[in-house]
Amino acid sequence: MPIVDYLVLDEPPRLVAHECAACQARYFDRRNACAACGGTEFTRVDVERDATLRAFTIVNVAAEGVPVPYVAAIMDCAGTTVPGVVVNTPPDPGHVRLGMKLRLTTFSIGIDASGVDAVSYGFEPVAEGER
Amino acid sequence: MTENVWILGIHMTKFGKHRDKDTIDLASEAVFGALADGGVGIDDIGVLGAGNLLGGPTPFGQNLQKQIGQTGVPVYNVANACATGATALRVAIMAVKAGETDMGLAVGVEKLSGMGLLAGDVATGTEQQWRPQGRFGAVTSLEGRVRTDTMPGVFAQIGMEYASRYDGVDFELFARIAEKNHAHSTLNPLAAYQKRFSLEEIMNDVMIAYPNTRSMCSANCDGAAAAVVVSESKLRTLSPEQRRRAVKVSASVLTSDPWEEGCQVLPDVSTLTRLAADSAYERAGVSPGDLDLVELHDCFATAELVHYDNLSLCEPGGAVDLFESGATWRDGRVPVNVSGGLESKGHPVSATGIANIWEVATQLRGEAGPRQVEGARVGLAHVVGIGQACAVHILEKSAG
Repeated sequence: MPIVDYLVLDEPPRLVAHECAACQARYFDRRNACAACGGTEFTRVDVERDATLRAFTIVNVAAEGVPVPYVAAIMDCAGTTVPGVVVNTPPDPGHVRLGMKLRLTTFSIGIDASGVDAVSYGFEPVAEGER
Repeated sequence: MTENVWILGIHMTKFGKHRDKDTIDLASEAVFGALADGGVGIDDIGVLGAGNLLGGPTPFGQNLQKQIGQTGVPVYNVANACATGATALRVAIMAVKAGETDMGLAVGVEKLSGMGLLAGDVATGTEQQWRPQGRFGAVTSLEGRVRTDTMPGVFAQIGMEYASRYDGVDFELFARIAEKNHAHSTLNPLAAYQKRFSLEEIMNDVMIAYPNTRSMCSANCDGAAAAVVVSESKLRTLSPEQRRRAVKVSASVLTSDPWEEGCQVLPDVSTLTRLAADSAYERAGVSPGDLDLVELHDCFATAELVHYDNLSLCEPGGAVDLFESGATWRDGRVPVNVSGGLESKGHPVSATGIANIWEVATQLRGEAGPRQVEGARVGLAHVVGIGQACAVHILEKSAG
């Protein structure tokens, strides 16, 4: 089961946004209307899986029980702004750099009493040559 | 043509730990101080704007009246995150401008001593059964799994986003901004912390959310601030001393976010600040180059840099150069946060938006003592409440 409903666990996994039919503004949450133009018709669109790191922080102090450190970041996915954690690289400023190329990936966050695995998403570095 | 509005009296309590005072005690102290400073009484006041977010029983403003004077005037209890105090002030200003009364009072207060992070979900363990809930259909807390909602982390990203667009922005630069504000605080007896820190101490302090270390974060503390505002026609009937010390509100502007791509993912503190500032400069007939001092919302060192740009204190993209020039130090061309800013003066959330106006007004009156900016005639005060609300006030010294 995906951690959020905008994560689709296909192979490969992908994020799906609500796109305003009138002005193409994109959102990840359930919508009442478009905040940009007021439109009420939305289509579902896949978000590009390749990302560029636009901003990040390395959180060392969080609320009780949240494992630290973690890298919370803002990705530019072909023009769509996406929140995500940066994973599969050490959480330090030597390894996490603005402008680095990343790609969507997933990781398990635990199995509930009925055996259902919950899966979150993050972004992992890709070598330049892979793009 | 609406009337000009002036600040007649204003007061800020000492910021810090006030173990023996509750929210109402602190707010009362600020109100009595502002009334005395203005030379008026509670019976002169025709409207009350009241701001408090975490203080307990509501309605706060009416509970306060029960201690300072129940005069039957309208009370507006407002909540606008960190812009709550400025919003309360703006309510009083609007009531005077609208002609509903010739004198209004605004107060903001918060008790935050000992509180840690003010946002960011606690961890939830593996659930009995994963069940999608809320607007994202989330099966659990997203903190650390998808994003961070901790304020140091949010504002760290805001600073790093600026770094991704312009050269010369790094951890050390942000730390040097905190070094400036802590240095300024040593001259402000009302600041919660008056300790000068070396750059090394700041950079080696406990890392909260890179690049913000503990001494680059605003200080949770207790405090209150209040202001009495008056119409220009009423002010003319008051004493020469009251007229001499009155400070003109040349612009009072409040904005929210216009939609921008990504603004619902990472708060965009820039667009609404730029809108508010541009509008304030136009209404006041003042340009950024006219400012003798600025109190801006340095809730984190990473925020101050971005707001140099947003308030047009520099050319777009020029925040690093502005800071490197030394302009924002107290003896510079446009001193920023001579009070010590939120990083050292402290940030009792609802008090902040009036306390920064107290600093500017005190400077324009020439009453700032050892930290006085010589010859200050025009100043700007700015706050951002995350979510978001931005208030910008431009104040001018009385000609009298």
